[in-house]
Amino acid sequence: MSTDGYQTYYVPEKSRLPIFMAIGLAVTVIGAGTMMNDLTAGVEDSSAHWVMFTGFIIIAATLYTWFAKVIAENHSGLYSGQLNRSFVWGMGWFIFSEVMFFAAFFGALYYVRNLAVPWLAGEGDKGISAMLWPEFQAAWPLMETPDATQFAGPKEVIHPWGLPLVNTILLLSSSVTVHLAHTALKAGNRARLKMWLAITIVLGLAFLGFQIEEYAEAYNELGLTLKSGIYGSTFFMLTGFHGAHVTIGAFMLTVMLLRAFKGHFTPQEHFGFEAASWYWHFVDVVWVGLFIFVYIM
Amino acid sequence: MSAVLESHDHSHDHHGPAKGWRRWVYTTNHKDIGTLYLWFSFIMFLTGGCMALVIRAELFEPGLQIVEPEFFNQMTTMHGLIMVFGAVMPAFVGLANWLIPMMIGAPDMALPRMNNLSFWILPFAFALLLSTLFMEEGAPNFGWTFYAPLSTTYAPSTVTYFIFGVHIMGASSIMGAINIIATILNLRTPQMTLMKMPLFVWTWLITAYLLIAVMPVLAGVVTMMLMDIHFGTSFFSAAGGGDPVLFQHVFWFFGHPEVYIMILPAFGIVSQIIPTFSRKKLFGYTSMVYATSSIAFLSFIVWAHHMFTVGMPLAGELFFMYATMLIAVPTGVKVFNWVATMFKGALTFETPMLYAVAFVVLFTIGGFSGLMLAIAPVDFQYHDTYFVVAHFHYVLVPGAIFGIFAGVYYWLPKWCGNMYDEKLGKLHFWLSFVGMNMTFFPMHFVGLAGMPRRIPDYALQFADFNQIASVGAFIFGTTQLLFLFIVIKTIVSGKKATAEVWDNPEGLEWTIPSPAPYHTFSTPPDVK
Repeated sequence: MSTDGYQTYYVPEKSRLPIFMAIGLAVTVIGAGTMMNDLTAGVEDSSAHWVMFTGFIIIAATLYTWFAKVIAENHSGLYSGQLNRSFVWGMGWFIFSEVMFFAAFFGALYYVRNLAVPWLAGEGDKGISAMLWPEFQAAWPLMETPDATQFAGPKEVIHPWGLPLVNTILLLSSSVTVHLAHTALKAGNRARLKMWLAITIVLGLAFLGFQIEEYAEAYNELGLTLKSGIYGSTFFMLTGFHGAHVTIGAFMLTVMLLRAFKGHFTPQEHFGFEAASWYWHFVDVVWVGLFIFVYIM
Repeated sequence: MSAVLESHDHSHDHHGPAKGWRRWVYTTNHKDIGTLYLWFSFIMFLTGGCMALVIRAELFEPGLQIVEPEFFNQMTTMHGLIMVFGAVMPAFVGLANWLIPMMIGAPDMALPRMNNLSFWILPFAFALLLSTLFMEEGAPNFGWTFYAPLSTTYAPSTVTYFIFGVHIMGASSIMGAINIIATILNLRTPQMTLMKMPLFVWTWLITAYLLIAVMPVLAGVVTMMLMDIHFGTSFFSAAGGGDPVLFQHVFWFFGHPEVYIMILPAFGIVSQIIPTFSRKKLFGYTSMVYATSSIAFLSFIVWAHHMFTVGMPLAGELFFMYATMLIAVPTGVKVFNWVATMFKGALTFETPMLYAVAFVVLFTIGGFSGLMLAIAPVDFQYHDTYFVVAHFHYVLVPGAIFGIFAGVYYWLPKWCGNMYDEKLGKLHFWLSFVGMNMTFFPMHFVGLAGMPRRIPDYALQFADFNQIASVGAFIFGTTQLLFLFIVIKTIVSGKKATAEVWDNPEGLEWTIPSPAPYHTFSTPPDVK
């Protein structure tokens, strides 16, 4: 076979970045674990959170250096088309792993809502567990938990047609605007790229703002908290992890906007931007699932 | 910019490894990282093995002999966790690192720096996990399956470190799997179509897919535990409307594909070795690929066969029972193909082949006991007995671990350029074979007679079989020191191996010199 025209696949020299990343992760989890144990045990003068923050700083500094290096290597022409395809596969499968993470929580929601709670109230073959709390009635959202002394149920839950609907509109439009930014980039219109990208970020931040407002309302007025039984557990874990992902996605898009201002990306090659926009679309799709299964149904 | 460019000025002279510890800590080379994974896994294998010997020493006689029951629980838990996540999985990733780029004609793994990160997370994760043994409340003691509420409401506080340890080793596995998929799909030499890939590459492609699909689910379930323990959620507490059985569903949705993650790469290794020593082509290559894919698919819809006795609707019991039995079909195809490959072959029995043949026979025993356990009504008798322990040790020890041994003996001459000592290799095989069967075969009998697992004491009638098992365990355990000796002896003073090593083996890795140069296939090679 002829290897003419084969551009060598760039294999980087030895690197210090991964070991710093591993140390950062280890420091973070040791700090986080100790902090949570101290919190639960009621230790007053715990300083474990500083360990965790140190870990965060190590991770942040390493990631910054790492990405800067990758971008610089790319700009200096070391990367072949084949290497870029490795990034494409890598990002695609990373998003798939995130999908499976959310699947675990959606699966838990489905199970408790359609199986466990009805069984606990005496329905069907497995209704024998009703003998634990004979008074318990199945309902969703679950306002009265089986044992209200341990887990006081919420007074009220968030209704879908207020803030959540606004948030749905915000996030769905942001998917459109990030797509418009991509189209503009491919057409070589950098002014429009920056404009649509900035609008996307603003929409994402607005979403996060409303989400915070919703959480404040839930905690302060509705009695809907992490501790208010299984409805609160699934509600906050699903929306909370989604919110965390929106935050990461908005951060990624902000980096892309700064890079656009620095003159990065060409109409042909801009996978960094594309990866961030894939992530944004993924976060958006998760929200649609949330809006339907957590808020409406 | 300029600083970065400078660091690449010497990129054309990076043909040899760096010197000293920096070589291993900063490396981006797939061979170095493969070596790190393999040594790490062997250290974990001995660590987890020592814990198994504590268990077997305690069970040598009925009554409480050597350790406190609390410590016994910590040993069973840590033995399982360390063997699954620290020994078997990293060993397979190590083999993947060494072999996949050489088998597909790639210059390295697709994402070399991330490859280094995947490895170096592991020592931290396992140091964190092992450090819990020395903490005041002791190590996790709820079994490697960490069922709630044992692992939430009633757990020692060290469970928090266990959870975070699982989080970061999960991140390591996901990154490793993404790297392997990207390498296989993107870095194959142009003429190597998917259906020309060696079976080890195929089985790893499917394994990596399983890893990416289920490690996040494991992360999800330990996160729910963390929230229940520290932040007052009620996922696994019926008092708040949750359900402890939810834990088992989510855990086994991860856990069942996980057991295939631990066996599919071994299928691949055996499918490389048997043709070489039968001097025939592998029988039914295409059906092997489809069988592996079917096993992977089925692994997602059978998880609740681990939970037959927990209380499921009848329809659930039936569905999971029949779906589980279906797995016997593709697995049978594989066993048939291995036997058919040997049929009328010019067989020789060097150490890798001995391990491979033992794999086929003994893994099949483990498969059959699995079929027995799949039958829901009889599982009510077998559940949580030593029969289950016998079953999964038959698929993991002569399955996964013999597969790894076979692979190490087969490729070690390619890695270090020296031939291992055949006599010692065979001795290692026979001692392992006898020790392993002595340990686990009697467990079938005590299990069927009703001896429960994870209990440090037992009724007098089980004493004889338990003594045989304990003697076997110590034979098997000490034999692994011989393995260490053989590997070191091969590296230090084995006689030189040829590039082909074996009699006309198939695969690109045999076209390069032994030992394999630090960098191989910087341009894609030709494939027939």
